Amino acid sequence: MTWDWNAVSDFMPYFWHGLLVTLQVVALGSLLSFSLGLVWALLMRVPSRWVRWPVGVVTEFVRDTPLLVQLFFLFYVLPEWGVTFSALTTGVVAIGLHYSTYTMQVYRAGIEAVPVGQWEAATALSLPRRRTWTAVILPQALRRVIPALGNYVISMLKDTPMLMVITVLEMLGRARLFSQASFQFTEPLTVIGVAFIVLSYLASLLLRALERRLVR
Amino acid sequence: MTSGLWELVLRGVWTTVQLLVLSALLASAVSFAVGVARTDPRRLVRFLAGLYTEVFRGTSALVMIFWVFFVLPVAFGWQLVPLWAGTLALGLTYGAYGSEIVRGALNAVDPAQREGGIALGFTRWQRLRLILLPQAVPEMVPPFSNLLIELLKGTALVSVMGMGDLAFSANLVRLALQQSAEIYTYVLFIYFVIAFGLTRLMRSLEKRLKGGVA
Repeated sequence: MTWDWNAVSDFMPYFWHGLLVTLQVVALGSLLSFSLGLVWALLMRVPSRWVRWPVGVVTEFVRDTPLLVQLFFLFYVLPEWGVTFSALTTGVVAIGLHYSTYTMQVYRAGIEAVPVGQWEAATALSLPRRRTWTAVILPQALRRVIPALGNYVISMLKDTPMLMVITVLEMLGRARLFSQASFQFTEPLTVIGVAFIVLSYLASLLLRALERRLVR
Repeated sequence: MTSGLWELVLRGVWTTVQLLVLSALLASAVSFAVGVARTDPRRLVRFLAGLYTEVFRGTSALVMIFWVFFVLPVAFGWQLVPLWAGTLALGLTYGAYGSEIVRGALNAVDPAQREGGIALGFTRWQRLRLILLPQAVPEMVPPFSNLLIELLKGTALVSVMGMGDLAFSANLVRLALQQSAEIYTYVLFIYFVIAFGLTRLMRSLEKRLKGGVA
């Protein structure tokens, strides 16, 4: 086994660029999946079956099929339909959409965990429906779901390398580019492997701190 | 789509199924070995098992696949057949997630059960085999069912390495037809059907196992 420190230092400039793209995708993907997931969760509580049924079927389908194929789908099919996004946007949309079907379940559980008495109290105070949600239910539900949402941020982080297949140059994409030019595979792949461990460890530390603060 | 292209897709399905079964087997073996090691009384064993879990859970599955395909041959001179390389990468990664399921389920067994085993003079192995696992395994089925679906979706990753699985053959068909919507819709449906079948299977397994334990 040979380890070449020069290859590591040669790779570092690529690495920092890749890291930036990776973090960008995670940040934007989280934002999209957190908001879209809440939308799905709220739609699933609409009384009409004509709303709930399609939302349920579509989200189930998205959850049970590979993100990689979904990436391909969006990247190659949308242009056929005349919609063109940049590769980065396509990637963020795919990750955000995929994970929104997971966060939706988190929100659902969070909303269901609000005691029934809170609903009844809102009714007793004759709060309008909108106020019940914004002032009573959601503030309590959202506080509960933050730790679980955080786990999906870590999952998203670990899924960002897939964006390589649609030409987004995140960490793995940069490593591959570097390897193809220099024929050095061990060093760049190990560097990004370690980077992923460090990032997900830092994220989990952050989460635990947040959890301690929120769930007293 | 012509029948020749369908044949290609079906061959992809077969590779995906093979990969799924093999890596699920490896992942289960790793899950139980590492999961049990994490409840070991010896600190060193627990530490090593914990390290394994953190490393494999912390890295991305796709990065692991790249590592197995590119670094193992260069660094150690081990060139694996693609199917085995894919199995190794997926099995080790998902085994790390599975080990947490096993650990959780073992810890969830009432401590009095373990103490009962000690009082009866059982060895650690006997306690595990006769008391802890029979109670813990049924609890593991639902989370393992989720993990199996994750693994199924993870198998698509090997297509990046040019392995002829379902996602890869879909790409070939797309290049042949120049019609992406059609083929990717079919492929997504095929994955969905497999996932649906797996969840049904796991649910019936859960029912059978829970029938045995009150």
